[in-house]
Amino acid sequence: MALTTASAPVVPEQPGRGSPVARKRRGAGGGRGREGVAGYVFLSPWLLGLMGITAIPMLLSLYLSFTDYSVFSTWEDVEWIGLENYRTMFTNDPQFYRAVTVTLGYALVMVPLKLAAALAVALLLNRAWRGVGLFRGLFYLPSLLGGSVALALVWSALFAGDGAVNEFLAFFGITGQAWVNDPDYALGTLIILGIWQFGAPMVIFLAGLKQVPVELYEAASVDGASPWRQFWHVTMPMLSPVIFFNLVLETIRGFQSFTSAFVISNGNGGPVDSTLLYTLYLYKRGFAEFDMGYASALAWVFLLTIGILTIVLFSTGRFWVHYADGDDR
Amino acid sequence: MTAVAPHVTVRKNRFSAGQAVRLAVLIVGLLLVLYPLAWVIGSSFKSDAEIASNISVLPTEFTLSHYAAGWNSFDVSFTRFFINSTVIALLTVIANAVSCLIAAYAFARLRFPMRGLWFAIMIGTLLLPGDVLIIPQYIVFNTLGWIDTPLLPLIVPKALATEAFFVFLMVQFMRGIPRDLDEAATIDGCSPYGVFWHVILPLSRPALVTTAIFSFIWTWNDFFTQLVYLNELEDYTVPIALRLFIDSTGQSSLGAMFAMSVLSLLPVFLFFVAFQRMLVEGINTSGLKG
Repeated sequence: MALTTASAPVVPEQPGRGSPVARKRRGAGGGRGREGVAGYVFLSPWLLGLMGITAIPMLLSLYLSFTDYSVFSTWEDVEWIGLENYRTMFTNDPQFYRAVTVTLGYALVMVPLKLAAALAVALLLNRAWRGVGLFRGLFYLPSLLGGSVALALVWSALFAGDGAVNEFLAFFGITGQAWVNDPDYALGTLIILGIWQFGAPMVIFLAGLKQVPVELYEAASVDGASPWRQFWHVTMPMLSPVIFFNLVLETIRGFQSFTSAFVISNGNGGPVDSTLLYTLYLYKRGFAEFDMGYASALAWVFLLTIGILTIVLFSTGRFWVHYADGDDR
Repeated sequence: MTAVAPHVTVRKNRFSAGQAVRLAVLIVGLLLVLYPLAWVIGSSFKSDAEIASNISVLPTEFTLSHYAAGWNSFDVSFTRFFINSTVIALLTVIANAVSCLIAAYAFARLRFPMRGLWFAIMIGTLLLPGDVLIIPQYIVFNTLGWIDTPLLPLIVPKALATEAFFVFLMVQFMRGIPRDLDEAATIDGCSPYGVFWHVILPLSRPALVTTAIFSFIWTWNDFFTQLVYLNELEDYTVPIALRLFIDSTGQSSLGAMFAMSVLSLLPVFLFFVAFQRMLVEGINTSGLKG
């Protein structure tokens, strides 16, 4: 709870208290310089990380994406092959298209449903009553555990041919099938596993709902607006920045899903490539087939796609995201 | 919270059908959400005969045998895997906490040339899909010859504050610490280093705790990076070892797999129990306002 102080407004510096301001003016040479040096001292680990762990590897992989580099090649026999990797990817790699389709299908179905579940439960848990905290916590729990290997294993057991889900369906006279082994349904089980973790966006929705002024609802009530109209005309507009925040976050996360697909398909994206998420394909090409040059090209296409997608999301956001007070963000 | 209170008093005196329906929907939803967890815990105590297909949570015949069998499923026992996971998680916690706090102090409090630019870049890396960087990073670490000592590629990036999310979290937190304190310390003769040590560090404890908890949980659950860098059975962490069960899946090992899965979830679950309120309300709300 102490963390909410993080969102408290920055305490304004008060000029006219004499010495601090005087010190600052005078210190343009001495004090500032010392602070500047200290700034870079404190920043140095981060700068080193930015260069060594992020920037240089990225540039290196950009270069390698134009080569036929494999893990085993020495640097001397790395051969520049120009756009060959990219050309292959777009014209002669059915698995690439498969991975793109699977990832898009996964994200486009999973993210909206996950956010809808998150919002619905958040609305139900919005009001304060005894025990609400426990409910919030328990709904959030899957978000902490769901990304783990253990849960992916549980999922493949639940949705196996002789698994618990089918036992449950048999109870209603429905004959199920081996969901995780059926190319038509395997991705569906992953989507359900994704939706199951709706607790994280739910918590963010709850925080957003807390900020909607009660007076707005009171005014709407007085005007005779039904709960349904209040939801569409008060809650949704006021919540739109938070919806947007969740949408961006969950979309990017969705595109990066890896663990569950890897575990459920035992690392190969099967059955029949139906769970071949993009990151899984990237892993296969890079670490199973050691095609690092090609995998680098895949990584860059992915990076650019996510970048473009983020820009598109932000530009559509202008049309439907309502900011109550412009300076809040 | 104060904003909600008047609302409640208005509604209090009509605990109505609406309220009852709401509660019923929530309880059904909760049962549905918690079922997979309850089922796997229950199943880990079931006998082989009823293990996979029994949808009931409680075992008809209670057995602990899967825990003993699971622990020694592979040539290296789970003792080793749990130690590996713990070591990696704890080192990550320390590396993240220290490096991110230092970087955040520079961003939040110090004035230096190009601060705005660096800050913008740091925010940019927040959106950078981390999994994509794995291939190029692997190539760099491979070139450096770090692949045979998996601790280096797993920990060094964390010690260099690459987890931008935590840097951002701490910057936001530090912005809430009154600047008067810095200035008072400066007047008393503290250098920027002194201000960090005597003012910011002690006051940043809540942000450090949050960072530590989430670092631990995320590292404990991490799979992709560990999968890439851990190649020897003795180096395996719990998630990587759990994956071995897929290769050996038959009805006989299902119980062992469930038992070890449950144990692997236990540390995260204990964190959840201990810090529930903080996990639910802390990090997400503080990251919300920009």
